[in-house]
Amino acid sequence: MLFLTYLINGISLGSVYAIIALGYTMVYGIAKMLNFAHGDVIMIGAYIIFFMIYKFNLPILLSIIISILICLLLGIIIERLAYKPLRKASSLSVLITAIGVSYLLQNLAQLFWTSSNKIFPNIISNGSFSFGSISISYLTIITILVCLLIMLVLTLFVNKTKIGMAMRAVSEDKDAARLMGINVDRTISITFAIGSGLAAIASALFCAAYPAVYPTLGSMPGIKAFTAAVFGGIGSIPGALVGGIMLGIIETLSKAYISTQLSDAIVFAILIIVLLIKPTGLLGRKVNEKV
Amino acid sequence: MKKFSMKKLFSFLFNRKHSNMTISYGIVVLMYLIIEVLIKTNNLSYLLTSLLVPTCCYIIVALALNLVVGFSGDLSLGHAAFMGIGAFVGSAISNYVYSLVPNIALRVIVAILAGSIISGIFGYLISIPVLKLSGDYLAIVTLAFCQIVKSLLNNIYLGFDDSGIHFSFINQNFTLDGGKMLINGPVGSTGNTKFSNFTVAIIMVLFTLFIVFNLINSKYGRAIKASRDNKIAASSIGIDVIKAKTLCFVVSSILAGGAGALYALNYTTLSVAKFDFNLSIMILVYVVLGGLGNIPGTIVATTILVLLPELLRSLSDYRMIAYALVLIMIMLISNNETIKNSFNSLIGIFKRKDQNNA
Amino acid sequence: MPEKKLVLQANKLGIDFGGLTAVNNFNFKIYEGEICGLIGPNGAGKTTIFNLLTKVYEASRGEIVLNDKVLSKVSTFEVNKLGIARTFQNIRLFNQMSVEENVLTAMNNDTDYSLFDSFFRTKKFYDQENQKHEKAMELLRIFNLDKDADSLASSLPYGGQRRLEIARALATNPSLLLLDEPAAGMNESETLELMNTIKKVRDTFNIAILLIEHDMKFVMGICERITVLNYGQILAVGTPEEIKNNPKVIEAYLGGA
Repeated sequence: MLFLTYLINGISLGSVYAIIALGYTMVYGIAKMLNFAHGDVIMIGAYIIFFMIYKFNLPILLSIIISILICLLLGIIIERLAYKPLRKASSLSVLITAIGVSYLLQNLAQLFWTSSNKIFPNIISNGSFSFGSISISYLTIITILVCLLIMLVLTLFVNKTKIGMAMRAVSEDKDAARLMGINVDRTISITFAIGSGLAAIASALFCAAYPAVYPTLGSMPGIKAFTAAVFGGIGSIPGALVGGIMLGIIETLSKAYISTQLSDAIVFAILIIVLLIKPTGLLGRKVNEKV
Repeated sequence: MKKFSMKKLFSFLFNRKHSNMTISYGIVVLMYLIIEVLIKTNNLSYLLTSLLVPTCCYIIVALALNLVVGFSGDLSLGHAAFMGIGAFVGSAISNYVYSLVPNIALRVIVAILAGSIISGIFGYLISIPVLKLSGDYLAIVTLAFCQIVKSLLNNIYLGFDDSGIHFSFINQNFTLDGGKMLINGPVGSTGNTKFSNFTVAIIMVLFTLFIVFNLINSKYGRAIKASRDNKIAASSIGIDVIKAKTLCFVVSSILAGGAGALYALNYTTLSVAKFDFNLSIMILVYVVLGGLGNIPGTIVATTILVLLPELLRSLSDYRMIAYALVLIMIMLISNNETIKNSFNSLIGIFKRKDQNNA
Repeated sequence: MPEKKLVLQANKLGIDFGGLTAVNNFNFKIYEGEICGLIGPNGAGKTTIFNLLTKVYEASRGEIVLNDKVLSKVSTFEVNKLGIARTFQNIRLFNQMSVEENVLTAMNNDTDYSLFDSFFRTKKFYDQENQKHEKAMELLRIFNLDKDADSLASSLPYGGQRRLEIARALATNPSLLLLDEPAAGMNESETLELMNTIKKVRDTFNIAILLIEHDMKFVMGICERITVLNYGQILAVGTPEEIKNNPKVIEAYLGGA
């Protein structure tokens, strides 16, 4: 029974990874870049929720919504100022710029809010459901539900709406999409906005589970979620869900049954093995070079 | 006997094939001379003096990484791991042989050699899965490797006393009777005798340049570059792409390991946390700013970027923000079409002048 | 006249991609010193045959015999060592290397100094490097590229890039040279020059050459034997004269009107 509890906790942690991984995967799909600053948007999101609740005494839900909106805007601004001028540059130049943006956000946070931990407010009540001998906290359940809801909405959005179709077209072939009258720049902006908004949601859920806010908060979940995105096949939305949840389960189970200290090593070793068997991730598409 | 003439030497040093080499060795020797003069005349601050050896180590790792990223064309985010392996092997060996080998020079050589070799072995092992992949997938596997090494190093407990070597994993399950802890889990390695010698570090940099240039300017280097430029064409002319890339990756990991050992000897304490993903990124920044495949550029960029945060010290709290902004601005400016074009036409004017003179 | 040596033989070669049969029942022979053409409408499977011969793709059926030996499952780079070199439809040069380096790289398997020699710059290293330099320049001279030896491969004009690709392939000492649309994008005088160069290459090195080309003047003017491919199958084989007058070929090219 204990196993089942671990499994559900793993799915919950994995749900947070999946939400963050979506940001990586969507941006990668459309702009073909690894947005290393994505993890730091999570950190900014967490600080905003913290200040909205403690400084301005706003209700929890409103604070989260404000955080989502600000992160959304931040995503658009970062894309406009730092990435858009590099559309034609080499992918390494874009990567270094993203690293620069990441340093900038971390150090701005440190300057304004110092490097000391801030205790994140309790946004979800502590109770839990019991099913027989298993008890599952409200937080766990809410996290999983939020993740599933986001996946559902996003899948519908990408497949059924005009903007969603534009996104798919741009990720397939930018030039062809432009010729078909799609506003490529706006589509990329929207993708960044969605990814960053999701990062804000993830920050609420992540900090509810690990209630400490500090400037480098985003690094570790960022790397893990990035790994999850690759795990599932980067560029694929269902891949992000599968990769995130797999990663969450592996991490939780190896912490429970093997070793807490070695869980990271195990997660990354499994990633390497998966990529050896399926070089483009679990749900990634294989692209053959035409000779 | 060939007759020696200044003119011949000059044309040998600065012809198209050798100018990069001459400039690289020249920069390093010049830097050494300037700094030695500054030290002798007491014009170098304590802080900058303490940064000399680490700067050399970063130059070596950056050159090593440029082999992989610039010449082999594969993005590695794992070079901090090789540096870390070299550092802990090097410090453990130098501590272990401390009483056996009283000669400090010999001890340093043994430590650096051991660090290089072990790191090279790991480089070979990880290259097997890494080089089966390409592009961003290759990058993520090197990143994963970096995290695994850090995680493993964090859990190694290694010590020795009169009864021999003790080793345990995850938890320390031995006590030492006298003796010394070589690696103490997340605490790392402490209470080491510091060996900090700028001349040795510069010699290591020169040696690295020697290895890099002699590798690149040979059939092996051509195979590596060809595999970068076009894998399919390279195999069509009989080049074993995987073999070429493996050689490059292994040489790179050996050099990075040696630099790690040299780095470790420069400190009395060494923690595992230092060798994480952020260090990999930092070195990558040096390489990209120095220019892919550009060796003198890598040396200059690394030196400036290691010292930049120190030079920006007057900005106090704002210095890391300034650093980040400098990074972003360099990328934006160097990729700006208008600036690039005007720069190229400027070079064009000079080139034309040259031809008119000739 | 003595019998000419058989260089390559393909027996009932075929490959399927998923459910699609791209090439089927491809039988082919080519002898030393022969220039053969492979023509056919777009999508007929010409380049696929090149990819099968060089093991970029592994054939689903049939066998390839090269210099009396059956080609088993080997990698592309090993096929080159066994004697097949090729060019590509979309030029594939080592763009960031010099013209000379492009050719030098192709001589790697013929250069046997070790890693030790290159690190310590032994006499063996310098001797072999100088020797290969001479040989590379000689090859470049045939293709009129010797003056550009030090420029970047990517800086060559289009025709020059096509010629460099052939020079690079030749540098591997092949017994069979596969040329994928060597005259594509060239003007009339360049095409004419290329025809003469290819003939010269055949005469100097006495190798077999198989080429894919859409320029009929070129094919008819240079090939001794032509194989016509349609929908992955051989439609006709013959001398240029026979192919020109073959009603099946005319129909395949002009459509069944």
